[in-house]
Amino acid sequence: MELPKIPIGNAVELLVEAADKYLGWFFDIITTVITFMVSTTTDSILNLHPFIFIAILAVISWRLAGIRVAVGTALGMFLIWNIRMWEPAMETISLVVIATFVSLIISIPLGIMTARSDSVHRVVMPILDFMQTMPPFVYLVPAVILFAIGEVPGLIATVVFAMPPAIRLTGLGIRQVPEDLVEAAEAFGSTSTQKLIKVQLPLALPTIMAGINQCILLALSMVVIAAMVGVGGLGGMVLRGIQRLDVGMGFEAGLSIVIIAMILDRITQKIAGGKKTT
Amino acid sequence: MSKLIVKDMVKIFGKDPSKALELTKQGLSKNEIHEKTGQTVGVLNASFEVEAGETFVVMGLSGSGKSTLLRLLNRLIEPTSGEVILDGEDVTKASQEELREIRRRKLGMVFQRFALFPHRTVLENAAFGLEIQGEDESERQEKAMKALDLVGLIGWENSQVNQLSGGMQQRVGLARALASDPDVLLMDEAFSALDPLIRKDMQDELLDIQSKMNKTIIFVTHDLDEALRIGDRIALMKDGEVVQLGTPEEILTNPANDYVERFVEDVDMSKVLTAEGIMKKPDVTVTTKDGPRYALRLMRSKGLSSIFVTTKDKKLKGIVTADCCVDAVVNDKNDINSLIIPDIPKVTPETNLHDIIPKIADAKYPAAVVDEDDKLLGVIVRGALLAGMMKKGGEEDGIA
Repeated sequence: MELPKIPIGNAVELLVEAADKYLGWFFDIITTVITFMVSTTTDSILNLHPFIFIAILAVISWRLAGIRVAVGTALGMFLIWNIRMWEPAMETISLVVIATFVSLIISIPLGIMTARSDSVHRVVMPILDFMQTMPPFVYLVPAVILFAIGEVPGLIATVVFAMPPAIRLTGLGIRQVPEDLVEAAEAFGSTSTQKLIKVQLPLALPTIMAGINQCILLALSMVVIAAMVGVGGLGGMVLRGIQRLDVGMGFEAGLSIVIIAMILDRITQKIAGGKKTT
Repeated sequence: MSKLIVKDMVKIFGKDPSKALELTKQGLSKNEIHEKTGQTVGVLNASFEVEAGETFVVMGLSGSGKSTLLRLLNRLIEPTSGEVILDGEDVTKASQEELREIRRRKLGMVFQRFALFPHRTVLENAAFGLEIQGEDESERQEKAMKALDLVGLIGWENSQVNQLSGGMQQRVGLARALASDPDVLLMDEAFSALDPLIRKDMQDELLDIQSKMNKTIIFVTHDLDEALRIGDRIALMKDGEVVQLGTPEEILTNPANDYVERFVEDVDMSKVLTAEGIMKKPDVTVTTKDGPRYALRLMRSKGLSSIFVTTKDKKLKGIVTADCCVDAVVNDKNDINSLIIPDIPKVTPETNLHDIIPKIADAKYPAAVVDEDDKLLGVIVRGALLAGMMKKGGEEDGIA
């Protein structure tokens, strides 16, 4: 005899339909807010002359990561401008910045909670496994159903994809703070907030920064996939290159992604490593 | 009333301590309880009282429950049952908020591995407790500097803690505990991670600070020499139980059981026994008014070759020998004062054997034990010294 199939697929379909039907107003609000955030950020960057923005980025990376990174930043951004990828690149940057921002707002508190409570830890960890291994296309489609084609489902998928390492590394960083230091903080009468702010977070900072770094890079790598649901930017250019078999354009767009990734990586890595020695 | 009273303290590690707790009341040992319930007993019915200003040492080997006991006092580990009464207030019944307040104001703690905060400077580490209490910046800097001064770290306040040597790091740990001026210091193997010479320095430092500040100190250690050196009283622990409680000398001279005896048998007795412990009562002395004839007769009857001379109020003048007295009698001199040899070895009652031996070794006469007014309290003859050491099994060539 044959066992009947457990209707997992049908259940998910029903769930998405129901969410669309009854919570549509809620998703509309999210869509409006996110669209506003993304377009405002992109517009305000594009309003600047490219060279001014390059100069700003170079100064930021010089202050945070030193002169070599600053020079690399300036040259890389100049190249992006030169190969006419400026506009999609700025779209991508603002999308990554917003996605990272949203991810961190959720994942750092969540990471702290996983470190402080074993039961939260037990619940959150399998969800993170799920988020990290489930192929992104699988949740891109329902995201499109709920939010319609455009930047919003792409951004949501990016946030889902980028959050896990930040949560894990925040939790790990706090758990790795030596037991005797936590004990010392308690022995002097710290409240749990004082313990967190004065001892655990500062000592976990390098690990948390590594989590943020991972978060940014994953967000960037997701941008190409998100292009399939209508997110523009460099991902859109790569996709267009593939669709038109325009190898040159695809490569140029890809190269721009790599340049942005390297800049963001070097800056965040320097912040993470630098705190330890000073 | 005692500063700190610990009553029937029990700590059982495990999910369901109620059954094991029942067994502890029936007087079962740690191993028996573990066999019956699978629960591990950390501390078993520990009771003691600590007086204000006392240095109370909890000693035992690893696994004896001494560090657990210390953490039960400030509830870094929650007791399973029992009371900790500090200044008349039961710490075990305090709410979380009250407990924090007790930890902040009354209980300073020093840790074995220092537990300094690597992201803070020496000064910021010392000021940590004050910061937690919410003192303002200038106030806590001033108090922290005072504490650093006390441990001799002025000039290092802006250094990073991991640039300091072990001994200096523990000074920072001590300063951090002293900065908020708690009445009670909990010290968990505070000097065990330091090398022997530094450890001795730190012990001296602690004794010095103790004499200035008069704190109540609960000091946990596995090192008997350390315990004997700094402890006013010592509680010896084994398998979670306090097996003996007493002054260092009581524990050494009168071990409560085999375990304590084995523990103390390797101790260098010459460092622990004091002049007071081995001296003889000076019942045979003469005063400056007595004549040489009387002195001679006294010596003859007691079989002595010399005798101490004191004033009427027992102040030591010196010694006269039998030979001198015979001379005087033959030459018909009657004043004993001209015969007195004033230059004799003198020690105080607190002097330990280790320091008496060289004094007595080159001298022809027995050593006199005198108090600060030069009053004669006792006599130490070479034979008694040796006997004292042999009986207690000590060896002069022990730990240097």
